[in-house]
Amino acid sequence: MGYALGMDGFREVVGALAGQYRLWAPVLKVGEGRFTDTDVVRYDFVTSADEIEWHTRSDYAFKEILTPLSQTLFYFTDGQTTVPPADTRDVLVFLRACDLCALRRLDQVYQQSGPRSDWFYDRIRDHVRFALIGCPESQEDCFCVSMGSNVAPAGSYDLSVDFVAGTDGEPQVLMDVPAADLAALVAPRATAERDVEPAHVTENETKVTVPAEVPNSIYKSDIWAEYNARCIECGRCNFVCPTCTCYTMQDVFYTDNGKVGERRRVAASCMVDGYTNVAGGGQYRRTAGDRMRFKVLHKVYDFRRRFGYDMCVGCGRCTTVCPEYINFAAAVNKLADACAAEAAAATATKEGAGANA
Amino acid sequence: MTQDINVKALKKNAFRQSKVRGETASRVRVPGGLVRAEDMVRIAQIAEDFGNGELFLTNRQGVEIPGIKLEDMPKVQERLKPIIEHAHINQEDTDHGYMASGTRNIVACPGKRLCPFGCYDTTAFAQRMDQAIFPNNRHVKVAFTGCSNDCAHVALNDFGIIGMTEPQYDPNRCVACGACVKYCQSRSVSALKLVNDKVVRDENKCIGCGVCVVYCPTRAWTRSKEHYFRVKIMGRTGKQNPRLAQDWLRWVDEDSIVKIVQNTYAYIDEYIDESKPEGKEHIGYIVDRTGFEEFCKWALKDVELGPKTQVAKRVYWDGKRYDRENELV
Ligand code: HEM
Ligand code: SF4
Ligand code: SF4
Ligand code: SF4
Ligand code: SF4
Ligand code: SF4
Repeated sequence: MGYALGMDGFREVVGALAGQYRLWAPVLKVGEGRFTDTDVVRYDFVTSADEIEWHTRSDYAFKEILTPLSQTLFYFTDGQTTVPPADTRDVLVFLRACDLCALRRLDQVYQQSGPRSDWFYDRIRDHVRFALIGCPESQEDCFCVSMGSNVAPAGSYDLSVDFVAGTDGEPQVLMDVPAADLAALVAPRATAERDVEPAHVTENETKVTVPAEVPNSIYKSDIWAEYNARCIECGRCNFVCPTCTCYTMQDVFYTDNGKVGERRRVAASCMVDGYTNVAGGGQYRRTAGDRMRFKVLHKVYDFRRRFGYDMCVGCGRCTTVCPEYINFAAAVNKLADACAAEAAAATATKEGAGANA
Repeated sequence: MTQDINVKALKKNAFRQSKVRGETASRVRVPGGLVRAEDMVRIAQIAEDFGNGELFLTNRQGVEIPGIKLEDMPKVQERLKPIIEHAHINQEDTDHGYMASGTRNIVACPGKRLCPFGCYDTTAFAQRMDQAIFPNNRHVKVAFTGCSNDCAHVALNDFGIIGMTEPQYDPNRCVACGACVKYCQSRSVSALKLVNDKVVRDENKCIGCGVCVVYCPTRAWTRSKEHYFRVKIMGRTGKQNPRLAQDWLRWVDEDSIVKIVQNTYAYIDEYIDESKPEGKEHIGYIVDRTGFEEFCKWALKDVELGPKTQVAKRVYWDGKRYDRENELV
């Protein structure tokens, strides 16, 4: 069921939701950007509509609620472990279409990639519902249309929010509320019932071509070398990404006898040094170019080989946040060109061989 | 024919006595180093029409127009009027050229408006200071720099003001990537280390440069809401005892700094040696005479320093004493 609301009615709805849920939403953090007096948009808990940054895509993704940057899994002492209690009050997450597509990737990795689902993930995931923020226009660096993630998957959200100008010129909120329990909360505050289709983007300025097949020879392609000099291997592109799922473990001992401590799970990045370190001092990918190759292929090829669809949802965050202006979409397009060139060369060789025979 | 001109009065209006007899140069000072492009065009046009078509860029962020005939001064003054008006300085009479004074143009690096490392709006603070202390006959040099890189060379000034931020750490956002530790070491002072996979900051060592904040990929490090400053004092160049300014205050606030510099003028009035050439004496030499404690007493009068501010009890300057010893060793 869809509804139209005035701003006051909408604020009441969010207030009422805050009474039942912890609201996890993009927030403009004033002065918390990299540089003096610059801001950043990242997720946090809020209790009112006015605290939410509705119009700008967050720099850091919603995933921090499901996979915290740093999470204590358990404490240990001699022969005993204690799992800290989690806050299992229900959460309502406000996010965009690409993010809802990213959610499917997170679920895939944490719940469906092995014989059993990740217990720590499920513990939070089971208490989370989703509210879609409509996208009336493309944001900086997005290429969601190319990745097919510009529309929220069917049944992926319980309510949606769009800001429009009403017929009287006053700002109005349109909400599509498929969840009956939430509709009961919205309906009494609405000015009208009507069909609502959440706004979505149909074209982005940035477009990418994802290669259908990637030959092994791409491993040696010279398209990666430029990143050796450009990339500072900071990992921002992974930490902001709504689909990156990698973590590492930390076992920390508090005391001198080394018997009391905690195990933490913290976000990891395949761009940051140390990611491929293994026992005995081995390291598989040493250069930024190698790491870039691995990341790009993981996002637009390797994941697909395993699960049947691409990992990247084209949200553009990795490009917008990169301090070295490395444009991820450009990297994917270079990969596609290189794959096409390799394929053409292979055909030519074959034909040449055929002609000679 | 030599014009009958009071060269001392000439200098008061920022016209310099030139080596070339019958010529002068006009100095346009730019507080905080930020000038509107249209005013730069006006300055260039004055050089074309009345000067020799050249401009000197001065060390203290001024522009000097050489080769002006003394008889053209009134016309040049007319052309300077809009430039002075745009500078937003304390000069009511804009008809007679730039007012020069003992207090030197206030210098600033671009700071946070441009530089990724700038910890505050250097231009705005320089302009505020300009409003507070200009015009004034006392020879005082104040300079602002955005961070401890000191691109503005504030260590050569009587008051060198350096931006600081107090980095705020959120352990819940830290993934122990080590970037802050690495860059604090390579670009700053090695104040950070990882302990049990979280970062520990040596508060006494940290100079508040904000490099950790710039490089942290997760926003575990952010800047303090408050802008803080380090104040170095009594640096100077010159013939007798050139020396670098030394740390006096750190984690001090903007309002206190303005008050301290204003207070310093009363101290100078009390203790200056008026027999010095043109009644000008570097404050540092006055401090050498009265002792540092006496300077502090005057400078800190009615100043309420914030709870975080640290004050050096003693300050030691070095530098060669050419007035005593000119040998090379
Ligand atoms: C031909 C034999 C082996 C191959 C090709 C091999 C390959 C690898 C690779 C590729 C990794 C990295 C996996 C990753 O980071 O995702 C790894 C990790 C590891 N391997 Fe092996 N391995 C071999 C034999 C062994 C043996 C015999 C042991 C134990 C006796 C062993 C113990 C480990 C351990 C403990 C790690 C994790 C190291 C760490 O994360 O620091 N491996 N191995
Ligand atoms: S691509 Fe950019 S954001 Fe990613 S690691 Fe390299 S420099 Fe950092
Ligand atoms: S790889 Fe970049 S564009 Fe793709 S989902 Fe991650 S952050 Fe978004
Ligand atoms: S391997 Fe890299 S790109 Fe892939 S999920 Fe992990 S951090 Fe992200
Ligand atoms: S502010 Fe500068 S000195 Fe202090 S910890 Fe950060 S990088 Fe190091
Ligand atoms: S740079 Fe940030 S995330 Fe990395 S160790 Fe330092 S505080 Fe932690």
